[in-house]
Amino acid sequence: MIKKLTATAALALALTTGGAIAAVTGGPIEDEDFSFEGPFGTYDQNQLQRGLKIFTEVCASCHGLKFVPLRSLADEGGVGFTMDQVRAYAAENFEVWDPDLEDGDGDFRAAKPTDPFPEGNDPNAPDLSLMAKARAGFSGPAGTGINQLVKGLGGTEYITAFLTGFTGEEMEVAGSVLYANKAFPGGWTAMPPQLYGEDVEFDDGSANDAHSEAVDVAAFLMWTAEPKMMARQQAGFVAVMLLTLLTVLLYLTNKKLWAPHKGKKLDL
Amino acid sequence: MSGIPHDHYEPKTGFEKWLHQRLPVVGLAYDTLMIPTPKNLNWWWIWGIVLAFCLVLQIVTGIILVMHYTPNVDLAFASVEHIMRNVNGGYMLRYLHANGASLFFVAVYIHMFRGLFYGSYKAPREVTWIIGMLIYLMMMGTAFMGYVLPWGQMSFWGATVITGLFGAIPFIGEPIQTWLLGGPAVGNPTLNRFFSLHYLLPFVIAALVALHIWAFHTTGNSNPTGVEVRRGSKEEAEKDTLPFWPYFVIKDLFALSLILLIFFAIVGFMPNYLGHPDNYIEADPLMTPAFIVPEWYFLPFYAILRAFTADVWAVQFVSFITGGIVDAKFFGVLAMFGAIAVMAVAPWLDTSSVRSGQYRPMFRWWYRLLVIDFLVLMWVGARDTNFPHDWISLIGATYWFAYFLIILPLLGLIEKPETPPATIEEDFNAHYPGAAE
Repeated sequence: MIKKLTATAALALALTTGGAIAAVTGGPIEDEDFSFEGPFGTYDQNQLQRGLKIFTEVCASCHGLKFVPLRSLADEGGVGFTMDQVRAYAAENFEVWDPDLEDGDGDFRAAKPTDPFPEGNDPNAPDLSLMAKARAGFSGPAGTGINQLVKGLGGTEYITAFLTGFTGEEMEVAGSVLYANKAFPGGWTAMPPQLYGEDVEFDDGSANDAHSEAVDVAAFLMWTAEPKMMARQQAGFVAVMLLTLLTVLLYLTNKKLWAPHKGKKLDL
Repeated sequence: MSGIPHDHYEPKTGFEKWLHQRLPVVGLAYDTLMIPTPKNLNWWWIWGIVLAFCLVLQIVTGIILVMHYTPNVDLAFASVEHIMRNVNGGYMLRYLHANGASLFFVAVYIHMFRGLFYGSYKAPREVTWIIGMLIYLMMMGTAFMGYVLPWGQMSFWGATVITGLFGAIPFIGEPIQTWLLGGPAVGNPTLNRFFSLHYLLPFVIAALVALHIWAFHTTGNSNPTGVEVRRGSKEEAEKDTLPFWPYFVIKDLFALSLILLIFFAIVGFMPNYLGHPDNYIEADPLMTPAFIVPEWYFLPFYAILRAFTADVWAVQFVSFITGGIVDAKFFGVLAMFGAIAVMAVAPWLDTSSVRSGQYRPMFRWWYRLLVIDFLVLMWVGARDTNFPHDWISLIGATYWFAYFLIILPLLGLIEKPETPPATIEEDFNAHYPGAAE
């Protein structure tokens, strides 16, 4: 009995803790299917490229990605650009201030792969590099966080719900306009609605309704927050496999070692 | 040293004899590794090795992380992202270190609750227990300061709240708080000293661990029956024990391997499950998070801290008789540290003549309630303080103190314990009928 109880306690300890960390949440967040969820999940390269396009054409007018180096667009297990594509993308879309130009007076120049994505233009728009990890869509039931074991932490679900959660209502507070949003904690956000559907055109004709766009950009932001996710999961998988083997071998060794002292006969 | 009788190291070759006369280090290692260990130890006795592993893991990963980390308020957050993105395998190091802290605390809590159930803290092992509590305190300090280093929102505001506890001490509190922070608020001096101490304390812990092991190698391990190993002769002792190597080393390694399997699954597949999302937002002294929550392993004691609000009669009474010196805030701080202090003095509060909870029918129920209480406090520590959470934490905190201060002393007087087996050998043979032959 006591063993069972303590085992339950240990399990409960492991479970309660994660989500015990109840983030303040707004309305209920819908679970979405993302290709990177689960131990064998992988980023969908096409989806990341679509998300990058939406970020560049919509989000980037206010928000930055200052922790993400542009060169990482060519990294394995991510957006999957070639280095030439990265160079072209950086030069076409971003200008950076270079203090060494003009004999030390500094000047703007086209961005290079060695630069990070620029910081946002609007000081009130938070940097999005880590946004998908800085939000949790799920924490229940009752703040135990057990549903995160099934659904994941829900950062991307939160972003999707936020981007599609505008009701159209507006409110003016102290000279600035707030927009009603079903997902945002408190219900009113300073960010106006951005995705209405058909905001970007994809060369391959992928869906560009508002929900698909929100999902694509959320997936892209998961990659910016966790670019090494696929390598990490592979390492985790190898570690689990090797430890399974080691555990079995140690189990058998232990069994054989103790058998004579426990008066058991073993044919190993 | 009145240890359990066993064979000691005998230097054989010329070199061994030469070294042994000058520095008996091989003998020390031999005697430590070959210590006679009660052969009836169950699986709750494996957490010590997990803890030793955690300490090594944290020190090794920590030292490498320091090679890439910058302790400066303007650079710390970015340097952690640098580790996550640009350092080879850096993401793995950091996730191992962050989740390693959680494994460390899972292990230490199970290890402590094992001691509380089997009465491991009782004479003659009080010093082992006290050193263990010191290690636990050092661990909490180290973990708290380590959590500040990434300089996220929860780092900053957690540091503000916890150092604020010292500010609640009457008269000398505020100077102490300023001295701890290195200024009027959490800032660059705070980050620098926390970094320095976060690097230092693990080595203090390592030294305390050596004392912890020395202490229980002097008294011998406790065991599930609480019956001592017979020490009349070597032959007698050998009926109750087996040497630590290889029997318990292999057993412990098997358990460790299984636990690491789960640990690596968490690190590989859900490394942020145990963390707080807000810590991926860079610290902003001008923006207070809606909820400030400590890491999960502090939650039971955080719940006790918050339980005693100004409307609790005990708080009002103490405030009245101390002329207001002990207000609700200071009362909460005293309660939080008191909750750990009462655990530390458990050896002198437990009056029972029987050591192991296995043979104590009433104790078993109160103990189970304590485990549940601990988990409930952990859960409620992360909730808001509205009804019913305020009542749940108050009841939970009260039971925590009642268990140590009232139930443990009284049970020894009123409970009629069952009779433990006469020897460890008898207990072992009862489990393994074949062993007696």
